[in-house]
Amino acid sequence: MGLAKRIIPCLDVAEGRVVKGVQFEGLRDAGDPVEAARRYNQAGADELTFLDISASHEGRETMLHVVEAVAAEVFIPLTVGGGIRTLADVRRLLHAGADKVSINTTAVHHPERIKEMSDAVGSQCIVVAIDARRVSGEDEPPRWEIFTHGGRNPTGLDAVEWAEHMAALGAGELLVTSMDRDGMQQGFDLELTRAVSDAVPIPVIASGGVGNLDHLVDGITQGHADAVLAASIFHFGTYSISGAKAVMAKAGIEVRD
Amino acid sequence: MQIAVVDYGMGNLRSVVKAIEHVAPDGAHVVLTDAPEVILESEKVVFPGQGAAAQCMSALRERNLPAALREAAQTRPFLGICMGMQVLLERSEENDGVDLLGWFPGQVKRFRPEDESLKVPQMGWNQLHQTQDHPLFDGIRQDARFYFVHSYYCEPTNPAHPVATADYDLTYCAALADDYVFAIQAHPEKSADDGLKLLANFTRWSGPWS
Repeated sequence: MGLAKRIIPCLDVAEGRVVKGVQFEGLRDAGDPVEAARRYNQAGADELTFLDISASHEGRETMLHVVEAVAAEVFIPLTVGGGIRTLADVRRLLHAGADKVSINTTAVHHPERIKEMSDAVGSQCIVVAIDARRVSGEDEPPRWEIFTHGGRNPTGLDAVEWAEHMAALGAGELLVTSMDRDGMQQGFDLELTRAVSDAVPIPVIASGGVGNLDHLVDGITQGHADAVLAASIFHFGTYSISGAKAVMAKAGIEVRD
Repeated sequence: MQIAVVDYGMGNLRSVVKAIEHVAPDGAHVVLTDAPEVILESEKVVFPGQGAAAQCMSALRERNLPAALREAAQTRPFLGICMGMQVLLERSEENDGVDLLGWFPGQVKRFRPEDESLKVPQMGWNQLHQTQDHPLFDGIRQDARFYFVHSYYCEPTNPAHPVATADYDLTYCAALADDYVFAIQAHPEKSADDGLKLLANFTRWSGPWS
C-alpha cells in the first residue's frame, strides 16, 4: 500500500504532429497527438508528457490547441515542455489545460524565473528539465554537467548542484535526462539519476536511454527515480504500458494497475 | 442544474471544468465563478484549490467568499478538492501558521518523512482506502488509485469526519465528509476512470450524507 512509481510516455510534437527523433535528430512522423494521448490513457499510462519541438511561432500556437483538445478528453496529468520562457508562456499552457510545464533552457539562462513561476502558479506545476552529460574521466569520481541545445552546448554547471539549486528555487519535480544515453536504448545513466534523486527532496523522473523493460526497473531500483519516462519503446509498439507494469510489479515495484 | 466551480485565482481550473462537463447529466451546466451570489444560486458547488494556504485564504477573503461558501456547504452538495479540502480545517502549519475556514476541527501538517527516499511533495497515484461508505464512492473499488500532489495533509480531530485514508509515511485522512460536504485530497479530475466516477457520483448526489 502506498504511492505507485509512475510510467510516463513522452511524445515529441512539432507543428501539431507527433514525431520521434533519435538523439533529437532525424525526425519521423508518428501521428495525431490527441489520438496518441487517448490511447496511452486507455493503456494505463500514469501521466503524459508532450515536448513541443516546433521551430515556428505557428507551431507553438498549434500546441496550445493540441493541449486544449487533449485536456478535454484525457483525464490524467499532462506535462508540456519545449520553448517555455516566461511566466506568460506558463500561464497560457496551464490555461489550455496542461497540469505541469517543463522548463529547460530558460532555467539555465534565467534561474530566477523558476522562482517567479513557482511563486505564481505553485511548485507542483513547475518541472525543471535537466539535460546532463558525464564529463568525468574513467578514473575520476563521476561528474555531470548541464548541457543545452539538445546536448550540444556545455554550461559548466555541475548537474547535481544545479538540481539542488532548482529544488531550492521552487521546482516541484525534476526531469533528468542523460544526453549521453538519449536515443541509445542502453538504459538510463543510473549513477546520474541516483546522484540527483538522493540529493533533492522533490520527485525525480528518469529519462534518456530506455531500450527494454528491465531498464525501467533499474531506473527505479538503482536510479532511485520516482517515475520513468520513455518514448520510442512505447511509440513503436515494442513494449506496452501494461507489459512494463507487469515487469515492474514482478520486481517488487508498486505500480498502478 | 447549475454547478459552480469556485474560481478564486488559485490554479488552473480548466481540467476540473472539463472533467465535470464530461460526466455531468444532460442539462447540467458548469459555471466558473468567484461571485457569492452565483455560488448561492447553484445547485452544487465544487471548491478546488492549488498553491499556498495563506494565499488561498487571502484570495477567499478578498472576494468575500467565506460566508457564502459556508452557507452553500450547509445547504447543497459541496465538493472540496486538494487545497479546497485543506482550507476547511482550522489551522495549517504552512506559511508559518495560517488560520483556515475552520468548518472541520483539526490541523493541516507537513509531511516530514524519516525515510529520505519519500519525496515531498507526494506526487503520483496512491490508494484511496475507504473507511466509511459514502455515495460518492459508489462503483469505486476499495483502494482504487487516485492522483495526489501535496506537501501537507489533513488531520481532522473528529473521528466521524474521515471517510478515506491514504498511506504516505503515515496513514492520513485523504477524504472527509459531513452532511453536504465531501472533500478529497486527491485530484479526481486527474484520476482517470475512478476520478471521473467520483465526479459523476457528485453530480448525481443531492445529499445530505448521514
